[in-house]
Amino acid sequence: MNYQQANISDNNFEKCTKCTVCTVYCPVTAVNPDYPGPKQAGPDGERYRLKKPLFYNEALKYCLNCKRCEVACPSNVKIGDIIQAARIKYSAGRPSLRDTMLASTDLMGSMATLAAPLVNGVLGLKPVKKIMDATLKIDCHRTFPKYAGEKFVTWYNRHARESQLALPHKVTYFHGCYVNYNNPQLGRDLLTVMNAVGYGVMLLEKERCCGVAKIANRLVKEATRDAKINLASITTAVDTHKAPVIATSSTCTFTMRDEYPHLLHLDNARVRSSIMLATKFIYELLEKGDIKLVFKPDFRMKVAYHTPCHMEKLGWTFYSTSILRMIPGVELTLLDSRCCGIAGTYGFKKENYAYSQAIGEPLFEQIAEVNPDLVATDCETCRWQIEMSTPYRVENPVTVLAMALDVDATRKANGL
Amino acid sequence: MNKLPKHYDVIIIGGGATGAGTARDCALRGLKVLLIERFDFTAGATGRNHGLLHSGARYAVTDPESATECIKENMILRNIARHCVEDTGGLFITLPEDDLAYQKLFIEKCREAGISAEAIDPELARRIEPAVNPELIGAVKVPDGAVDPFRLTTANIIDARRHGADVITYHEVMRFIKSGNRIEGLVMRDVHTGQETEAYGSVVVNAAGIWGHLVAKKAGVDINMFPAKGSLLIFGHRVNNTVINRCRKPANADILVPGDTISLIGTTSDRVSFDEIDNMEVTPEEVDILIREGEKLSPRLATTRILRAYAGVRPLVASDDDPSGRSISRGIVCLDHAKRDGLEGFITITGGKLMTYRLMAEWATDMVCAKLGMDKAKCVTATTPLPGSEKPVEENAPESSHPSRQHIIELPTEQLAAEGRHGTLTEEIRWQNPGDDALVCECEQVSVGEVEFAIDKLNVHNLINLRRRTRLGMGTCQGQLCACRAAGLLDKADHCAERSLSDLCSFVSERWKGMYPVAWGDTVSEIQFTQWIYSGVAGLDEFLRDRDTEHLLH
Repeated sequence: MNYQQANISDNNFEKCTKCTVCTVYCPVTAVNPDYPGPKQAGPDGERYRLKKPLFYNEALKYCLNCKRCEVACPSNVKIGDIIQAARIKYSAGRPSLRDTMLASTDLMGSMATLAAPLVNGVLGLKPVKKIMDATLKIDCHRTFPKYAGEKFVTWYNRHARESQLALPHKVTYFHGCYVNYNNPQLGRDLLTVMNAVGYGVMLLEKERCCGVAKIANRLVKEATRDAKINLASITTAVDTHKAPVIATSSTCTFTMRDEYPHLLHLDNARVRSSIMLATKFIYELLEKGDIKLVFKPDFRMKVAYHTPCHMEKLGWTFYSTSILRMIPGVELTLLDSRCCGIAGTYGFKKENYAYSQAIGEPLFEQIAEVNPDLVATDCETCRWQIEMSTPYRVENPVTVLAMALDVDATRKANGL
Repeated sequence: MNKLPKHYDVIIIGGGATGAGTARDCALRGLKVLLIERFDFTAGATGRNHGLLHSGARYAVTDPESATECIKENMILRNIARHCVEDTGGLFITLPEDDLAYQKLFIEKCREAGISAEAIDPELARRIEPAVNPELIGAVKVPDGAVDPFRLTTANIIDARRHGADVITYHEVMRFIKSGNRIEGLVMRDVHTGQETEAYGSVVVNAAGIWGHLVAKKAGVDINMFPAKGSLLIFGHRVNNTVINRCRKPANADILVPGDTISLIGTTSDRVSFDEIDNMEVTPEEVDILIREGEKLSPRLATTRILRAYAGVRPLVASDDDPSGRSISRGIVCLDHAKRDGLEGFITITGGKLMTYRLMAEWATDMVCAKLGMDKAKCVTATTPLPGSEKPVEENAPESSHPSRQHIIELPTEQLAAEGRHGTLTEEIRWQNPGDDALVCECEQVSVGEVEFAIDKLNVHNLINLRRRTRLGMGTCQGQLCACRAAGLLDKADHCAERSLSDLCSFVSERWKGMYPVAWGDTVSEIQFTQWIYSGVAGLDEFLRDRDTEHLLH
């Protein structure tokens, strides 16, 4: 009784001291006057929604869930979570067909890879884009990511599974939808790097989409179902191999670590610290002296690193950039940390397209000023956005690492 | 000495709910009315209570007469003051430490008074109100609600003025003008400039609440009144959506009311001296009692941010035949001083409660009319809706009719908030021009348009007036962000930077006064940040040096 003697409010939104720094850092507020901003949409709005759900404002859908407000907040208010939770709780009606399609990355990916050349060709056609724009409200300016002819998992089972078992150490890889359906090369690059330092890369028993797109599109039931499967598999993997589960997508990593408990209310405490980005895992092994990397002596590349929003939230930019800086031939520029504007499925929606591009504009300009050989980033949707909006090629830092790595020399250095 | 040109039928002293209600009733019955108020409307007990729309159940066992009055007025206010009332429903809960046998008596007495009271299963009570103490062993459902005393009083003032009443604020009664045993008028003094003005009227109604004791003294009559202080705490958001009471004899801190965006726990009850009534402070002991008892109603209060503490003074009146003051009535007291003291033209209306303000006004107006020989003028306030309540409050968000807003899916929160505050008067708030919908107070969603409406239409002269009319500065940050913005808007209407600055100082000081008794946890961070802004950045402490702002606190 009388807990107020040491009062700390249980209500996270009440920790807000109204300093408004979140709104200063919000990429949407800067370009869209219809968006109330994170302070208004978050802690301020929450008080009104608690009074009456009628005060829920559909303008909250303009939040792209970048969580930059949370990074800016000095009082640790989970502003982004408050907004997403409000959308899930109060927004009326089922998500539209378009939102469901965009969010169902697993299903769409599985179908598309069956006829990848056809799908890629059709999705690139102007009339198709116009039709999708008119009927589904998927913006016609948007370029769809190409689907791969062979899924990463198929390739792995055919060509890599067995050889992994022979290596002395093990680590599990959460490949995510993007690697599986769009960019299996990134998965192969990770195997190249990890295998060279003596790590066999295992896959999860069962892997589903991390759920970020489903959460953003309010498909919470579906996201929770997938998340439970992922958490069970991750727990088994961590217990079996006594090693972390690594990923090459900052968003998948962030979702499984933070969105699962905060928005899906799933307890991941036992495995949360074991879910990490590949670059963090590699960096820490190097730091401990457990592994060594040897690079091609003639590798030269001017790289600009873009910090994805969820990477900023994780606070792990340091790991990816440190690894890139270790490569002697890399001249690295760290771009200003700002949202590229796409935010996953957000930028595909017709109503968001203009805002999406306006948000990304300063980033595109800075990339042009730096004029790198390649932009590196840990998020696949940032990659689509930058590749669509600038003439520059974008790759994951792991791919850059694989490109620069002298595999034979590295194997030798690690005693293989 | 100035003199008001008009000769009034009735001069009413006091801008609380009772005074405003009496002014309205008199004006509706065709009288020439003057209302004078020492500071601002609702500055006394009217603005410092629970804002509870009593069902009367609280008094059913101990004071059946008050209980009957309450339930009647409850039903009337739901009809005439829709935009001031929220039908939250109420629960009277029995905790393990309480006697469950009391519940039976309670229900019986409620029914006798005409209050619907239904015993419900504790499980159902937990479902109706998830914030309720889960250990409850019994619950009774009653038609309690929430009423906003600021809106209610303002609506009465607006209607009085629409029917010809003159209203003067910031004027204090200095003395009465008598001719023999008859009061013919009074001399009032502008509290800011000291300028004195005479006003003449046939009847003077003393509706000054606890200050009525002092007003009567100036008229040369004695009323045996006792100031009883009641303290309350405001919590940062709506913890409960149903009024929660304890099912036992009325005691300290046993009512938790959801009021607008917040929840209120109260009250304490202590006699204080007349020297203190202009400057109530909430003591640490009172804060302790409120928290300790409040947590029993809803354990969630233990981990909810407290915004501020405040205290009001109940005007308790001793029966005339008992000068010792032991026999106190909480009922309405309407005194004809001609009969009682041989002083013609003077009436005192006091006692009662916010809930019965309209009935008090009706009694006082009946007495005024009798004195003026206008017995035929009938009271219509029980059936005539107040300005703002002419139409039912829409539960669903109406379609946006403003062209600039049509691209937005629905009404923005600040417009919905304003509709809740001003009812149908919201139509007078401007939204059309760019900037009209910019927020001044972000916590309570008060827009530039709403502030300008209040300045134009609701007798706003300073920031504290503005707060009482709009909720500006009543939210989480307690004026941190809005005070300087609103001061800017007032300055635009007023063109006096010096006055705006001292107004800003007094507003920030007044907010601080309420936060000080609960200054821990998140509230301390808020205070600290506010101090940086106003002292560190704006330099208000420099401005305040050598200035006496005590008088500005009202």
